[in-house]
Amino acid sequence: MADVIEVGAARDDAPPPAASAARRGAKSANRVGRATPYLFLAPYLVLFTVFGLLPIVLGIYLSVHQWDFQLPNRPFVGLDNYKELFSSDSAVFGDWWQSVRATAIFTVISVPLLMVVPLGLALLLNRSFPGRTFFRAVYFAPYVLGVAVIGLLWRFLLDANLGLVNRLLGVVGLPADTPWVTDVPWAWVSLVGVTVWWTSGFNAVIYLAGLQDISPELYEAARVDGATAWERFRHVTLPGLRPVLLFVMTTTVLASANVFGQSFLITQGAPGTETRTVVWYIVEQGLRNNDAGRAAAMSIVFALMLAVVSLANFRLFRYRED
Amino acid sequence: MIHNEMSRRRLLGLGLGLGAAATLTLAGCGGGDDSSGPAAGGNGGKDYTGPKVDLKLWNGFTGGDGEIFKTLVNQFNSEHQNIAVSVATYQWEDYYNKLPSAASSGNGPDIAVMHMDQLATFAARGVISELDDVAKTLQLTEADFAPTVWQGGIYNNKRYGIPLDMHPLGFYYNKSVMEKAGLDPNKPPTTRDDFTAALTELKKSGVQGFWISPFQFTGGMSFYSLIYQFGGSLFDAEVSKATFNADPAIEACTWMVDMIKQGHSPANVGQDAEYLALKSGKNAFTFNGIWQINDLKKSPDVQWGVAPLPQIGSKPAAWANSHNFTIVKQRANNANKVSASKVFINWLSQHSLDWAKGGQVPARKAVRESAEFKALAEVSALAPELDYAAFPPATPGLGEVITTFYNSFNEAALGKKSPKQALDDGVAKANKQLEDNRKKYGS
Repeated sequence: MADVIEVGAARDDAPPPAASAARRGAKSANRVGRATPYLFLAPYLVLFTVFGLLPIVLGIYLSVHQWDFQLPNRPFVGLDNYKELFSSDSAVFGDWWQSVRATAIFTVISVPLLMVVPLGLALLLNRSFPGRTFFRAVYFAPYVLGVAVIGLLWRFLLDANLGLVNRLLGVVGLPADTPWVTDVPWAWVSLVGVTVWWTSGFNAVIYLAGLQDISPELYEAARVDGATAWERFRHVTLPGLRPVLLFVMTTTVLASANVFGQSFLITQGAPGTETRTVVWYIVEQGLRNNDAGRAAAMSIVFALMLAVVSLANFRLFRYRED
Repeated sequence: MIHNEMSRRRLLGLGLGLGAAATLTLAGCGGGDDSSGPAAGGNGGKDYTGPKVDLKLWNGFTGGDGEIFKTLVNQFNSEHQNIAVSVATYQWEDYYNKLPSAASSGNGPDIAVMHMDQLATFAARGVISELDDVAKTLQLTEADFAPTVWQGGIYNNKRYGIPLDMHPLGFYYNKSVMEKAGLDPNKPPTTRDDFTAALTELKKSGVQGFWISPFQFTGGMSFYSLIYQFGGSLFDAEVSKATFNADPAIEACTWMVDMIKQGHSPANVGQDAEYLALKSGKNAFTFNGIWQINDLKKSPDVQWGVAPLPQIGSKPAAWANSHNFTIVKQRANNANKVSASKVFINWLSQHSLDWAKGGQVPARKAVRESAEFKALAEVSALAPELDYAAFPPATPGLGEVITTFYNSFNEAALGKKSPKQALDDGVAKANKQLEDNRKKYGS
């Protein structure tokens, strides 16, 4: 503000030559200019520091303590919280690796489906046909629902003895006693299926935006060159979507690895703890068992695992660009 | 009701999960101030004559019981000009996570309602105060309560909770289904032989009569009850070792799993399915919490009854828990508030008959023996279970160990492991968890 007034005042005084005014203006803009990027960054920086950086630092600090914030004694335990994750005679070893296994299974099955199904949807919804907006809304709709809603809904639908799904399967002559939520591998089919139904709409919208960014001329040119629909998809659509694919891949892997609500509500970890996921187990240790140190150590180990996977992702897509 | 309550609890669990990372670190910032000693002040709850105080009370009564509780509080407020109690209600799961941080940051309640099995953990973590003086001044003794409930409020030889009620597992039966199978709907089976005979009749009429849920609610709690019926226990007397793989537990587990093998229960019963099937006439018998009475009353088409659990093992026993009043330690000790809180706890305990209408058995003997309570047919039908109720032991940090117990039952009931294998594995893990707890909480 002050600078604007200064410039104005300079003009009012004795009308200086235009060049001088410009110089003075440029000078004050320079002064502000140095701070400008930081001012623009400040709001995010503050949020990032408070909700990103500090928790990470604090998490590392917690992870080397036996930390129950309510107990007066919170001893430093060095790397014990980490070691117990890797020593087979500790109380958490079995549960921890079981939860890693569950999360890995879920991620490996769900990510390809969550990449491909929404892409197909987006391709369909990108064509022009009557009712297109309606269908776009319909496919996006489940994503609007909270995990609690879809979790309870599907738990009842998938109930082995009382659920609608088995009832309908029976009507068409298929086995009507599939344990959708209480036994593996069915539980994985249910969890992945529900997740695909629930979140495909979101990825489809991202793809759709990406598709609309690809210039129609490219398709036209390809057509003129006699490219088939598959060739147009392979050589125009896919390369055009590469940055979008990288984005969708990365966010989907992270979202799938963070799965919690679906198994918490639909399978409740059954059978035994086979479908209990990492995030669920961390919450269990940190908030129910009041062992924030152990939970923090688990979070950090898990974050490192995800960092490796994400790096691999970036390499995969960059390699193909080269 | 718990069936609703559970669902809602889970929803909140989710909210927690999403904010988990943040909460973990916030918890770290909370900082435990353990300087406040036992809550002194007042004359132990006889009366309160000081200046007007506002008390905050927290509970987890999210069902119909919450309204009844609020009505009682309003009555208390109008009878006590210098005490104003305000009530806040949270989902239990959320509540137990929230209470410690709220208390240590000075935003917690003065009075907190808590389940008996949480008392030891919260006492060990310095969240709640000792209440021996309340018991002494009000001359409350074991004789005023059922011994099982009264002793549950004690941790390390000190009292931390004044029991309000107890909620056991009951035996629910569908009268129409029994009738169809030619059974007397007014005579639910009470012994193992009766029970098996009834199931055989039900099977003849095409009904799987006793659905076995593999989940804590309610198969796990039924198993819990049966272990004690067969003469076993979950833990040894010092709660230093898990014993739920001893012979009585294996026997109880085998009996339940055999229900599925013999065709009295379908396999893979889902959460709440055993109860929904009872309501819709597909199931005849189920063990479920006393809180379901109010839910069943909402369905007038269902012909149902409730009785104490049949005796399957060598002695009667039933899983039970109890709501207790506790006084929360404050950063700044306000003697007036503490003594007013004690007055409130005493008053409400005496007025717990109205509370019984919320579907709980009052802890106080005088109330339980009153004619008015006996008139509450269904709730009072379960009162006899108080004498042999199997309450969870008063040991801090047991939550995770109990989860391990329920998970091993889940594996057995879903046929993933034999009863012995499932329970052996569970005990091996539970013993490690108990050892961790000992390191953490001392003793």
